[in-house]
Formats: sequence, structure tokens, C-alpha cells
Amino acid sequence: MQAHHGYEDGSGRFYITIDSQRCNGCEACVAVCPAQVLVMIEEDPMEQVLVAAVSDEHRRKIKESCAPCKPTGHDSPTLPCVAACESVAIQHSW
Amino acid sequence: MPTDTHTTEQHKEYWRWQENHWHDESIDWREGAILSAGVDVGSVSSQAVVMVDGRLYAWSSRRTGSNSPNSARDAMTWAQEHTGMQVQDIHFIVGTGYGRVNVPFAHKAITEIHCHARGANFMYGNQVRTILDMGGQDCKAIRCDDKGKVVAFQMNDKCAAGTGRGMEVFADLLQVPIDQVGPMSLDVEQEPPPVSTTCVVFAKSEASGLLRQGWAKEKVLAAYCSAMAHRVFALLDRVGVEREFAITGGIAKNTGVVKRIERELGFESIKSGIDSQLAGALGAALFGHALEQRQRAKR
Repeated sequence: MQAHHGYEDGSGRFYITIDSQRCNGCEACVAVCPAQVLVMIEEDPMEQVLVAAVSDEHRRKIKESCAPCKPTGHDSPTLPCVAACESVAIQHSW
Repeated sequence: MPTDTHTTEQHKEYWRWQENHWHDESIDWREGAILSAGVDVGSVSSQAVVMVDGRLYAWSSRRTGSNSPNSARDAMTWAQEHTGMQVQDIHFIVGTGYGRVNVPFAHKAITEIHCHARGANFMYGNQVRTILDMGGQDCKAIRCDDKGKVVAFQMNDKCAAGTGRGMEVFADLLQVPIDQVGPMSLDVEQEPPPVSTTCVVFAKSEASGLLRQGWAKEKVLAAYCSAMAHRVFALLDRVGVEREFAITGGIAKNTGVVKRIERELGFESIKSGIDSQLAGALGAALFGHALEQRQRAKR
């Protein structure tokens, strides 16, 4: 599942896309996120497989929640959650 | 049925949409092996659906109150009215919607994304691939497979722009009963340019300005419906649209918005005989049925 978590408002489109088919459930991204944006949820109600997702609380404010990790100048550091994900399942789109 | 004592000629509630409930008298629920239910507590409306062996038996749809547990209970009670059924008679109840964790009698909470996909699969048939849910305070674009399993989704619940609540505010502003907004907005000779924003606050002042300039109500409604259609089209863009396409939620009843979305897409959405607001609760009840079936198989 391509899960686009986030929102769009007057200032732009802010989405974290998690490819749950790639997610291996290791929880590394959850542990590494300084703002506790990510949580593990049941992917399919019929199966008890846990995948990473953006918490309801942060979904509406990820622009602010993720801002401390975002590149500010010419440097472009890899975001902690993206770097922690072995299976390359997380993408930020702003 | 709740009535409002403040409804007078001077202060008519144009936004007030029809609350409703129904049950199938041809089904005797006492003969059913599995009774399941879904309760969808949304920000604006709450629905309850009761199924007997996977068949739609009863439902209710009403406005959400200030308290989620009470709204869930009221919806359930209303769906079961005149059926002789009690909440305890139901084997598996699933809560969904933004208040899903506040359904006190539910056995499980499932996100509305999954429930809408499953519900739409039941309502529109398994050929449905893209679902646009236009709810009271959010909007979701969902792509699913032939079993109603979610493949991709995107939602926007940051603000009320382009949602049912926005439409309610607009109906009130223009003093047009909400069920007439759609037909009236289509009653224009030429499509006006859309209002520049769907933000409820700004759109309200823009509309007031247009009315002062002498625009007919029909034209202002057309401009607003068109802006709303354009906004949700952008949401669909990211997940991609695959046919068949269906719209669920309260706005699916607004022909002014639906026709304009179809115009932008270039094809029509499929329709169902089942109330479009029930999709979430219906999907929840279907999950309830499947989960109960699995539990029994394990025993």
C-alpha cells in the first residue's frame, strides 16, 4: 500500500509516503524519530502485520513536526527516518 | 428523530440535511448465524449499520453530537429501533471514523480508509478501483483492488475546505436548503470561474462580494462547487484514478460537485442504491462479519 500521510493547505503539500509493502516492520524509524511522528499500525484489519505510519496526532502538522530534521541551507542531510529505513520504504515530499 | 426548537421562519437552518434510518422487514435477524455491526463516528455525521450474515439489515445516519460515545450509542439505538434487537445480540461490532476509539461497545477499531474501501466494494461492486470519500471534515482518495483491499490512499483533514462542513456553511450563507445546492448550481447558462479559494472563511467573504456585485445565487453556488471539485481533483491526482470510480460521503449527494468532478475526469462515477454516507459503517460491519467468522473457525 502506498500510504500518503499528511495534508495540503495554502502553504503547500506536505506528505510522508510509506510503501507498506516494502516496510519490514523493524521499527527502526519509530525509534529514531526525535518528534515521535511515526507509529506502528495494523496494515490490514484481517492480518496482524504491523507497518510504520504517521500518527493521527502528527498527520495534521507534519510540516512543523518534521521541520527540525529538514535541510535548511546548502547542506542536504538525509532525514533520520529515511536513513534508518533499510528497506527504503519512506519518502518525504516537500 | 431529533428536532430543533430554534427552527423558525426568521432563522431557518439551511444546512440541515436529512437524518434517516431503515431496516429490512423481510429479514428475521433471530434466524441469522452471524450478526455484525459497524459504527462510523465522523466529525459531522455518525452512521450505524447492522448486517445479518453479511446482508444489509438495518442502518441509521444522523448528526454527530458533542460527545463521541453518545453519538455512537445513539446511532446504534436508532438503527435497531423497532427491530427488537439489542446491542448485546450483535456478535461483532467494529468502530471506525475519527471517533473510532470512542465507540464503547465496539470489539475492534479499524481505520476509515480500510472501511471505506471495503464498504464501497459492497455498494458499487468489485469493479470499483478508485474511491473519493468526501466527508464532513476531510477528504480521502483511495485506490483498492477487486477485494476492496487498499492499494494506495491519500487524505486531507487539515481543514474544512472542500468538505461537507464547508458546504453546510455555504448553504447557510446563501440561504439555500443544502439538498438544493447541487441542482441550483447546475442551473447556470455559462460556467462562472471558480471562487479563488475553497477555504471556508475566505470563500464566504468572496461569495458575499460576488452577491453584492449582483451575481445570482445560482452563479455563486456554481463557482463554489466548481472550486471544490477542482480541489479534490488535485487530491485524486496523487493516488491516480483508475476506473471504475465512485464517490462516497455526504457530498456524493451534491450533483453540482459530482458533475463537475466527472467533467474534470472525463468520465462518470458509478452510483449505488445504498446511501453514500453509509460506506464507512458498511465496511466496518463487513469486517465485523469476517472477523467473527474467523474467530468461530478457530474455536
